[in-house]
Amino acid sequence: MSEVVISARSVGKTFGSGADKVTALDSVSVDIFQNEFFTMLGPSGCGKTTLLRLIGGFEQATSGQILLEGKELNDLPPFKRPINTVFQSYALFPHLTVKQNITFGLEMQGISRKDAGGRADEMLELVRLAEYGDRVPSQLSGGQQQRIALARALAPAPKVLLLDEPLSALDLKLRKEMQVELKRLQTETGITFVFVTHDQEEALAMSDRIAVMQSGEILQIGAPREIYEAPTHRFVADFIGDSNFLVGDLVDGGAGKRAVKLSGGQVIALTQEVSDQRTGEVTVSVRPERLGLVAESDAGADQLTGTVSTIIYFGTDTTYQIDLGNEALLTVRMQNGSGAKADFAEGERVGITMSPDAIRVLAD
Amino acid sequence: MGNILRTKRFWLVAPAVVYIGFFMAVPLLQMAYVSVLERGDYGGVNWGAFSMDAYISFIFERDLMDNLVVNTDYLQIFVRSFGLSAMTTVFALLLGFPTAFYISTQPQSRRNFLIFLVTIPFWTNILVRNYAWMLLLRNGGLIDGALNWMGLETGGLDVLYTPYAVSIGLTYTYLPFMVLPIYASLEKLDHRLVEAAFDLGADKRRAMSRVILPLAAPGIAAGCILVFIPCLGAYVTPELLGGGKFMMIANLIGSQFGAARNWPLGAGLGFVLLALVLISMMVYSFKFKSLPEESR
Repeated sequence: MSEVVISARSVGKTFGSGADKVTALDSVSVDIFQNEFFTMLGPSGCGKTTLLRLIGGFEQATSGQILLEGKELNDLPPFKRPINTVFQSYALFPHLTVKQNITFGLEMQGISRKDAGGRADEMLELVRLAEYGDRVPSQLSGGQQQRIALARALAPAPKVLLLDEPLSALDLKLRKEMQVELKRLQTETGITFVFVTHDQEEALAMSDRIAVMQSGEILQIGAPREIYEAPTHRFVADFIGDSNFLVGDLVDGGAGKRAVKLSGGQVIALTQEVSDQRTGEVTVSVRPERLGLVAESDAGADQLTGTVSTIIYFGTDTTYQIDLGNEALLTVRMQNGSGAKADFAEGERVGITMSPDAIRVLAD
Repeated sequence: MGNILRTKRFWLVAPAVVYIGFFMAVPLLQMAYVSVLERGDYGGVNWGAFSMDAYISFIFERDLMDNLVVNTDYLQIFVRSFGLSAMTTVFALLLGFPTAFYISTQPQSRRNFLIFLVTIPFWTNILVRNYAWMLLLRNGGLIDGALNWMGLETGGLDVLYTPYAVSIGLTYTYLPFMVLPIYASLEKLDHRLVEAAFDLGADKRRAMSRVILPLAAPGIAAGCILVFIPCLGAYVTPELLGGGKFMMIANLIGSQFGAARNWPLGAGLGFVLLALVLISMMVYSFKFKSLPEESR
């Protein structure tokens, strides 16, 4: 990653006033780098679209600054920003042909009709719809409209391309195709993509970095692997993939490391660095696939044990619900055919194995 | 089953069909018949005596030697009426589009209220409204008086009983017919399209000319037709604000059935007008019918 393209500094946005005041963004700071596929992920109402619209210039920030390559953008109207948007609804101009849609932005930049036409052909080639220039948008399928919206937004060669849940209206198969397509376009054009979605799979599959948002705040920013394997907040661990949550007390694990002592008395050693300031009760998360099962007789003294309560067979893997007692349930997902012993029966007592680096202590 | 339903549905529309069929088609046919008859000497027509005089005399008159010579009097009234209607339509568009645009940008609850305000003039009788305009426009009237009071010596506005007064009155009368269809098409307009135009570098002026106006075109065309056509047939406003000095088509037709006692000519003029209106409607539907469907 090289230079910072977009920088949001303590950006806040409220809508309405008085009793109806709604805080959409609460002092968000983030740097987005050159040539990056950056995703803002969160449930609806988390502020991700608001942040995107602030970058696009469609809303005015209530507080804070948004910088483009170090220059403040706040007061620039959208038509003066070298930033283009792919709208959720595509927003193709219904009265213009596909080609006229693509040349629209170029003509606004004062590029001659002939040059704009040539560029539009290139763009149609890029999104693999070279034959469709003379059609009108209503004659295209949803996926094709999506590609034209992309071509139109990419044609003026913006510094940043904003994408507002562009795949949400497509069916699953098309969505998978477009994910690959988007990633390809980003790599080929070298333009910074800022992508908004509530679909965690989509975010993991395409992004260089993901910002997970909730209630107007960014909880965690990181590469997909980091977000998935080392979530910092319960919300992040829960929103992306499946997670088990266990509650215990932070204790000294020896050798400068900390450990978590569960209510049942078992102690789980941690590899994660945890500040000495933190003490008392904490929540830890662990992904179901990072857990394993052994016969209770093979379990060590410090290992968690429980009773298999449910077994669900999924083909590639099998999910076991383990009752730990104290009404605590743990989900264990084991891959089938990996050679591991996996023929546990419901009601059987088992020990649970886990790698220490799979245990993440979450922020309060 | 389907047949029964269709039959039942037919009975639902039957009263309207009978009503329109009888009270519109029959008089229309009767007028068509009248227009091709000989005029009666004291009004009315000579039933059974066919003559194309009405249509011929629209453009020609017979001189003393019984030769046909071109007489453009009626044609001039038609041209003047079309010109005045066109002028009124332009005024109504210039006033109506910004009004409709403003209303469409307001929050929903306020929009309904503003639309309600636009329709308020319909509540008042057209005669009353035109007399009100006479009071406003006449020399020494409200507007003239106000201008004089402000120190602008008008020496009398001299607007009343001119084509301008007629156009002002017609614009006022038909403005709601311009505002409502334009508002309807602007309200349907997806605001994200305007955002997309801004996003692609169009400033407000170009977003207006390249996106909003083309998409509002069907509404603008409908508004223009709804103003233009009733203007052509306007009777009360030219009579009152034009002071009878300034004749429009409807006044001409009226006088043929009245003072001039030339029913066939009156009926014939009516059909010439109807033909012109139908032609402009066909041009409209040919140009704009397809667009709203595509923009959906």
